[in-house]
Amino acid sequence: MDAFIRFENISKAFGAQTVVDNLDLTIRRGEFLSLLGPSGSGKTTILMMLAGFVAPTQGRIRLDGREIQGVPAHKRDLGVVFQSYALFPHMTVSENVAFPLRMRGVRKAEISERVTRSLDMVQLGKLGARRPAQLSGGQQQRVALARAMVYEPKVVLMDEPLGALDKQLREQMQLELRDLHRSLGLTIVFVTHDQSEALTMSDRIAVFESGRIEQIGPPEEIYDRPQTRFVAEFIGETNVLEGTVVSLEKGVARLSAGDGRTLLARTDRDLAAGQRLLVCVRPERIAVSDDPGAANAIPVEVADSVYQGDHIRLRLEGDGVSLVGRRDRSRADVPTGTRGYASFAPDDCALVDA
Amino acid sequence: MNAAGLRSAALVLPLVLFLGVFFFWPLATMLTTAVSDDAVGKAFPTTAAALSSWDGAVPPDAAIQTAVATDLRVIEDRSVLGDAVRRLNSAVPGFRSLITKTYRTVRQNDDAPVDLTAIDAQWGDPAVWRGFARAVPPYTDRNLLAAVDLQRDAEGDIRQVGEAASANRIIMVRTFVIAASVTALCAAIGLPYAMLIAGAGGWVRTLLLLAVLLPLWTSLLVRTAAWVVLLQNNGLVNGFLQTIGLIDHPLPLIFNRAGVVIAMTHVLLPFMVLPIYSVLLTIPSNLMPAAATLGANPLRAFRHVLFPLVLPGLMSGSLLVFMVALGYYITPALVGGAEDQMISSVIAFYATGTANWGMAAALGIILLAATLALYAVYGRFSRTPPGFGV
Repeated sequence: MDAFIRFENISKAFGAQTVVDNLDLTIRRGEFLSLLGPSGSGKTTILMMLAGFVAPTQGRIRLDGREIQGVPAHKRDLGVVFQSYALFPHMTVSENVAFPLRMRGVRKAEISERVTRSLDMVQLGKLGARRPAQLSGGQQQRVALARAMVYEPKVVLMDEPLGALDKQLREQMQLELRDLHRSLGLTIVFVTHDQSEALTMSDRIAVFESGRIEQIGPPEEIYDRPQTRFVAEFIGETNVLEGTVVSLEKGVARLSAGDGRTLLARTDRDLAAGQRLLVCVRPERIAVSDDPGAANAIPVEVADSVYQGDHIRLRLEGDGVSLVGRRDRSRADVPTGTRGYASFAPDDCALVDA
Repeated sequence: MNAAGLRSAALVLPLVLFLGVFFFWPLATMLTTAVSDDAVGKAFPTTAAALSSWDGAVPPDAAIQTAVATDLRVIEDRSVLGDAVRRLNSAVPGFRSLITKTYRTVRQNDDAPVDLTAIDAQWGDPAVWRGFARAVPPYTDRNLLAAVDLQRDAEGDIRQVGEAASANRIIMVRTFVIAASVTALCAAIGLPYAMLIAGAGGWVRTLLLLAVLLPLWTSLLVRTAAWVVLLQNNGLVNGFLQTIGLIDHPLPLIFNRAGVVIAMTHVLLPFMVLPIYSVLLTIPSNLMPAAATLGANPLRAFRHVLFPLVLPGLMSGSLLVFMVALGYYITPALVGGAEDQMISSVIAFYATGTANWGMAAALGIILLAATLALYAVYGRFSRTPPGFGV
C-alpha cells in the first residue's frame, strides 16, 4: 500500500496552546482511517488542516506526493462531510448534490445523470425534489454523503458525521458507510470520539490524546493489544492491575502484584526484572469459577450483577482488587454473593507502561 | 359568545381601540379630506338640489336661477360664502366678481323673481354653469388629479395641467429616485458591513454594532448639522481630498443631491444592517466551508450560497429603508437644494403653508398608494419557498 496522504512534522498552535504536536501520519490509498480521541485531542484540527481551513504552524502535508499547504480549500478536490451536514437549505436535494459538479463546469446532461446515480447509491433516488428541511436526519446525512462523493474526490473527510443520529440509525449508517467504502475503493478519513464506531468501520484507527498519536493500527490490535493505559481505557472497558516484573520466559511475563499474588501475561516486549507495569484485561476475558488452580486466579465475591440485555455485567470485589466482568447469557448464572475465583488466560492480557 | 370568548375579546379591546383611534381613523380622515368638496354645497343648498335636475340648457330655467338667488338671499355666514366663492373662482376665473355683484343685486330687492343674465351677462356663459354644477356635489376627484398634475377641463375630460403648473409628478418621481438611490447605497454598504459584524466576535462585534446604531440615538438636527460641517467646501471631506491631491477644487457635496443622499444613507443604514445581520446569524457557519470543499471559490460560494440565504434580510432591509426614505422631510430641507426637495415638503407646504388640507391629503394618499403597490410587489417576490427554515 502506498502512502497517499502524509503529515510530516505537523504542529498547530492556537496562541500559546499547542493542539497538534509534531505529528507524523501516513494514510494509505483506499484506506478507511479513523481518528479517534476525546474532544480537544486535536483530531478535528488535523482534518481541518487536510481540508484547507486551518494552516499548520509547522510541517508539511502531502497529498498524492504533492505539498498542499498553499492550496486553498476549493482547489484541493477533497470531499468533506460535516458534523451537521452543512446542506444548503435554499437548494433541493438534487441541487445540493449537483452543486460541486456545477462548480466544476460539468455539462448539464452529465450533471443530472451523475446526480441521479449518486442519489440512487444512497437510496434517495425519489427525494431529489425535496428540500433538506423536509428530510430526516439520516436522509440528510445521506445527501451530504452523496454530495461529497458525486465528483469522485480523491479523499472523503468526515467530521463526526453520525454524531447527531440516534443509536439504531447510527449503527445502520456505519454499515452502509463501510459498504460504500469497500465498493467504491475510496480513501476515507473519519473523525470520531465514539470508539465502537471506529472499531466497526475502520481499516486502521489512530488514537489521539493531547495532540499526539497514542497508537495506530487495525481495530483488533488497538482493542486486544493496547500499548498505553490511555488506549486501553479509552477503547472499551478494561481492568487494570498493577504489577512488578519478576521474570520473562518464552514471551510470558511473571509479575508480582502485591500481597504475594502472581500474574502471568503473554507479551512480545523485552522486559527487565523490577519494571513496574500494568496488566490490562477486558471484562469479557474474565471467567468466574470455583477453580483456584485456573491461570491468574484471584479470589473474589460477586458484589453486583447488572442485567444488560445481551450480557450481564459483574462487579467482582477481591482482597484489594476490584474487577469488572461480563457474563454471556449462555453461561451459568453467578448470582450476587457468589464466592469464587476470577481468572484470565495469559494470552488475554496486554502489558502497558505504568 | 361564551364567557371565555367575551373575556378574550375584552383583552384585545384596548388594541382594537388604539388601532382604530390612532391608525384607521386618521387614515379615513385623510381619505375623506382629499376627496371632500362641500364648500359650495353648504353655501348653495337650494341650488345644489335644483342643479341635480338641470338639463344642460343655458341659461337654465327660472327655477334654478331663482334657487341661486334664494341661496344668496338667505345666507348669513360670510365665511361659508367666502369658502364657496373661493372654490368657484378656482374652477371658473371671474366667479368671485360675478357672485359679489349678484349677491348685492338680489339682496336689494328681496322677493322679486330674478333673471341672472340681466344682472350680469356672464351668467349666460355655459362654462360658468358647468363649473357651478361640478362644484356642487360634496365629493370631488380634483385634489387627487391635481396631486398627479391632472385636471378636468371645461368639458369634464381629464387633461394634463400646463407645463408651468405641473410640479407634483416631477417631485414624486424625484422622491422615488432619491429613496431608491439611498436604498441602493444602504444595501451596498450594509451587506458587507453586516457580514463583517456577523464574522467578528467579542468587543469588536459590540463596537461595530454601536457604530451603526449611534446615528439612531442622535438627534436628527445634530446629525444633519454635522454633515453640513463635514461636507461643505472647506469642510473635512473636501479638505482631506485636497490634501491628498485627489482634487484641485472642492467638490460640491452639500446643498445638492449628493448631500441629501449621503446624509440620508447615514441615518437609514441601521435599518438595512440590522435585518441583514439578524438573518446572517441564523445561517449555519459551516455552509461557506462546505461550499469551498465542494469546489466553489469564495466569490462563487458567496453568490450561490450566502447571497441567496441573506436575500430575505436584504429585501426587508431595503423595504424598510425605502419606505422611511420616501417620507423624508428635514434632511432634504437642510442639506438639499431647491431641486432636491421631496414630496413631504410639498405636503408640508399645502398643510401648513396654504392650509389646503385637501391637496395635502391627496398627495399623502398618492404616496401611500405607491408605497402599498411596491409592498405588494415585494410580497410577491419575497415569498419564502416551502421547507426553507429561515
